[in-house]
Amino acid sequence: MLTRRLIPCLDVRDGQVVKGVRFRDHVVVGDILELALRYRDEGADELVFYDITASPQQREVDCGWVARVAAVIDIPFCVAGGITSVESARAVLQAGADKISVNSPALARPALISELADAFGVQCVVVGIDSLRDPDGEWRVRQYTGDPSKTCALAQRTLDWIEEATARGAGEIVLNCMGADGVREGYDVEQLRAARSLCSVPLVASGGAGRLEHFATVFADADVDAALAASVFHSGGIALGSLKAYLREQGVRVRP
Amino acid sequence: MSGGVVLVDGGGTNIGSVRYALQRLGVDAPLTTDAARIRRASHVILPGVGAAGPAMQRLVELDLVDTLRGLRQPVLGVCLGLQLLFTRSTESERPCLGLIPAVVERLPQAPGLRVPHMGWNGLSMLRSHPLLAGLPDEAYAYFVHSYAAPVGEWTLATTTHAMPFSAIVQKDNYFGMQFHPERSAAVGSLLLKNFLTL
Repeated sequence: MLTRRLIPCLDVRDGQVVKGVRFRDHVVVGDILELALRYRDEGADELVFYDITASPQQREVDCGWVARVAAVIDIPFCVAGGITSVESARAVLQAGADKISVNSPALARPALISELADAFGVQCVVVGIDSLRDPDGEWRVRQYTGDPSKTCALAQRTLDWIEEATARGAGEIVLNCMGADGVREGYDVEQLRAARSLCSVPLVASGGAGRLEHFATVFADADVDAALAASVFHSGGIALGSLKAYLREQGVRVRP
Repeated sequence: MSGGVVLVDGGGTNIGSVRYALQRLGVDAPLTTDAARIRRASHVILPGVGAAGPAMQRLVELDLVDTLRGLRQPVLGVCLGLQLLFTRSTESERPCLGLIPAVVERLPQAPGLRVPHMGWNGLSMLRSHPLLAGLPDEAYAYFVHSYAAPVGEWTLATTTHAMPFSAIVQKDNYFGMQFHPERSAAVGSLLLKNFLTL
């Protein structure tokens, strides 16, 4: 049986790992290779690297660090940020990334998703979605969240975008629930459960992890395939080894 | 044979990762599309990511189909590379290499199970083989795929997602791994190391 995945997320800015609160006020937390190896050793099932400055600055991902990570890491990793075309995706995949994740560029041009799926297969193509609940109660997508001065609120409903992205060839959805991000009060189970009910491909929960029980809850109540977290791992607040032991006690299947 | 390990450059994007995994084992395997170089190798690895149709089309264009079918040294197909060893895949009209007589099919949709099958899943050994030497009883490997090969006499290990399928296959000198050994931590590294000692 497939195990549930735990995914440390490393936000990359100018070649270093950074972390913000509610997507703002980033501070440097460490070196890319050092953190990647530490999480591999602690039992991370996968890593995600978000180049958070690439999309707002309309830059493409620097493939140099991607290749350096690929050379030392023996678990899968996904690269996000600044992938705007089949060619830029190919460069990142050929540098050694296992998957590429598109967010803002896919909102700007949804056909990008099907172009990537046709070129590399759906299993390589992750669509990241930044979502926030509006005053009218609807979850809607946000674009260019890597830079608060450039972030846009779109009219598109998050649940509609999940369905469209999947139909166009997304092989996995990462749902970043921005209202929960960085505040460590738990994943947005309500939103993730709504997403799960219409998402036929793997769904990754993102935003809000703070305590061990948040992980058990999101797997049990939202049936997500993976849980992604950043600050709680970077700070050492939760060690992956003890998290996995706890999840096993709670009956959640995880890789030893 | 003394020609070393080669990676067949069939256009799969995981080829760099496989090459790095071999480097971590101290083996520098060149990428090649040269038939003579492939025939001379001690071990041949056929990585692959993507769809069966375009991958076979590329092997046809490179005129490598007969070469790959005629090899006598250990050959390892990784992920899509495993699927290419079979007669055909329902993903494409185009025949595959036809070394193992069965058809690769799309994983069925089942309640609560997602396709693509993506993540770490357990390996169940069906028979012993030097390729599997030293594997722990509870061994997990990293899978990312939507199509899978059936279980048969060629199956060394199975994995279950909606149904059991072939995770590791062997027929004569041809081997295949549906998961990504290059991304399966210590388990994957051990399997690659074992393959290189065959």
